[in-house]
Amino acid sequence: MTTRTATGPVRIESRWARPLQVGRYLLLFAFACFFLMPVYVLVVTALKDPVQVSVSRMWELPQSLSLNGFREVWPKLRPGLVNSVLLAVPVSIISSVLGAANGFVLSKWRFPGADIVFPLILFGMFIPYQAILIPMVRTMRDLGMQGGLDGLILVHVIYGLPITTLIFRSYFAGISDELIDAAKVDGAGMLRTLAYVALPIAPPAFAVAMIWQFTSSWNDFLFGVMLTSKENWPVTVALNNIAGGQQVPFHEVMASGLLACLPTLLVYVVLGRFFMRGLMAGALKG
Amino acid sequence: MRQIRQWGPGLLLVAPSLIVLGIFVYGFMGWTANLSFTSARGRNLTGDYVGFDNYRELADERGVTGQRFGIDTQNVLIFTAVFVAGSLIAGLVMALLLDRGVRGESFFRSVFIFPMAISFIAIAIVWRWLLSNGTGTQLTGLNKLFSASGLGFLANDWFKSDSGWAIAAVALPAGWALSGYVMALFLAGIRGVPDDLREAARVDGAREPQVLWHVVRPMLLPVTMSALVILAHISLKTFDLIYAMDLKSLKIDTPALFMWFTTFEGGFYGRGAAIAMLLLAGVAVVIIPYIWYSVRAERRS
Repeated sequence: MTTRTATGPVRIESRWARPLQVGRYLLLFAFACFFLMPVYVLVVTALKDPVQVSVSRMWELPQSLSLNGFREVWPKLRPGLVNSVLLAVPVSIISSVLGAANGFVLSKWRFPGADIVFPLILFGMFIPYQAILIPMVRTMRDLGMQGGLDGLILVHVIYGLPITTLIFRSYFAGISDELIDAAKVDGAGMLRTLAYVALPIAPPAFAVAMIWQFTSSWNDFLFGVMLTSKENWPVTVALNNIAGGQQVPFHEVMASGLLACLPTLLVYVVLGRFFMRGLMAGALKG
Repeated sequence: MRQIRQWGPGLLLVAPSLIVLGIFVYGFMGWTANLSFTSARGRNLTGDYVGFDNYRELADERGVTGQRFGIDTQNVLIFTAVFVAGSLIAGLVMALLLDRGVRGESFFRSVFIFPMAISFIAIAIVWRWLLSNGTGTQLTGLNKLFSASGLGFLANDWFKSDSGWAIAAVALPAGWALSGYVMALFLAGIRGVPDDLREAARVDGAREPQVLWHVVRPMLLPVTMSALVILAHISLKTFDLIYAMDLKSLKIDTPALFMWFTTFEGGFYGRGAAIAMLLLAGVAVVIIPYIWYSVRAERRS
């Protein structure tokens, strides 16, 4: 340990390199099993025939594959899935457009006090929603927007403004001022500069912001349960209702869970790179 | 005048967002704060001004409300401690395992992070089954797995345990959901350490563990602080997960749930608002210094 000859460390490393490498992979594999364990249970149970579903045999593979669970829950879950699409698509588009405008102004067309306003906006993304829930529900009721999806869309857009503004502000901060100044010299106003200089290079930021807003409005439960009536329930509320019911067989619960997760999982698998950037932005790491 | 011409349009463009956020974030927080000093019951939100009575009631452990709030506070602290520590350690270990390049790195990364794309409701539905405390013919979930692999002594009642630590079991699904995120933060942090620095240490005769400890570790402090703050504020706010796991169980009750039940089921709007303000205070203590620090760090660079 203490003798550090020129060859010492090298020799020690080569002796331990292989077992270390094996141990590293074993540990990684163990972690992967831990993360995939719930997925295994979800998939395996959802595909079981009703007669094979039993609590004590949850870990066993199905003897025969059956789509019965999916067939049973589809009529119950379909309205929720439709509602969530009708919610998450407009939310992700509107939020991103507003975020792009805000982010552009706060990074490239700043006004006096912008440095004070930005942290105040940011705080909005960390608050516990309990602190605004009572007045929010009351206000939406007074506006006649409780029960339907329009109110839920509005609320998601508003509380999504901090994160989308942050995403675009960080993104535009990365483009050089010279580009903006050149546009100004050419006599372009703010809207022109935004439309012809900033937005054309912003598709990656749009992807990040849209994915973030799609995922968070799809996965939201609290706003959905507070603001929508039964026929407008988003999928999380519908799923919780199915799973919380008495005597609902496990394969149906798991099939509903699987269906409810598929859209966001699909987005994650296809556009994971942008999803990750959103996560990093959420930690204020640009 | 020419100055305003310069920045005026920008302010005009963000003004609607600023106004709406001003109302929906700060206006509503003020409204809730106001409400917490009243005896408001029912949806019309009117009540007499009662000063700090609602807060006093929450603090008074002789009353039913105070007792429950006491348990809730203890629960959320236990949950936060176990969940934050567990996720930080798991995230760091995973990042270190992946750091020096392994085959299939992107596969492992994807597997560790995908829970971030899933709703807490779905997570709760699977995990409450995995953490079932059934015995005999009802033996299932992790306990079944333990007994089948000769680790039966590990079996326990999880979130249905009678001990005050029942809520620690909820840290397992919560950590499952978020430790991959922590891993990603750490991995970015570790890889942000310039290679030259590590190489220089190696040339000086430092072995890998020493390089990690003396060169990489000090540079991970900011990342650790970020992860800590993000996790802590999430844990204080956790609602959906617990709601969907066992919504009426006092064993895993927290202020976030107590606020919801008090207000929307019990109709005690004033008291609910007081709980919400205490929750907000807890989050603000963690978050405000963090935002302040982040904004200042950005201005310096």
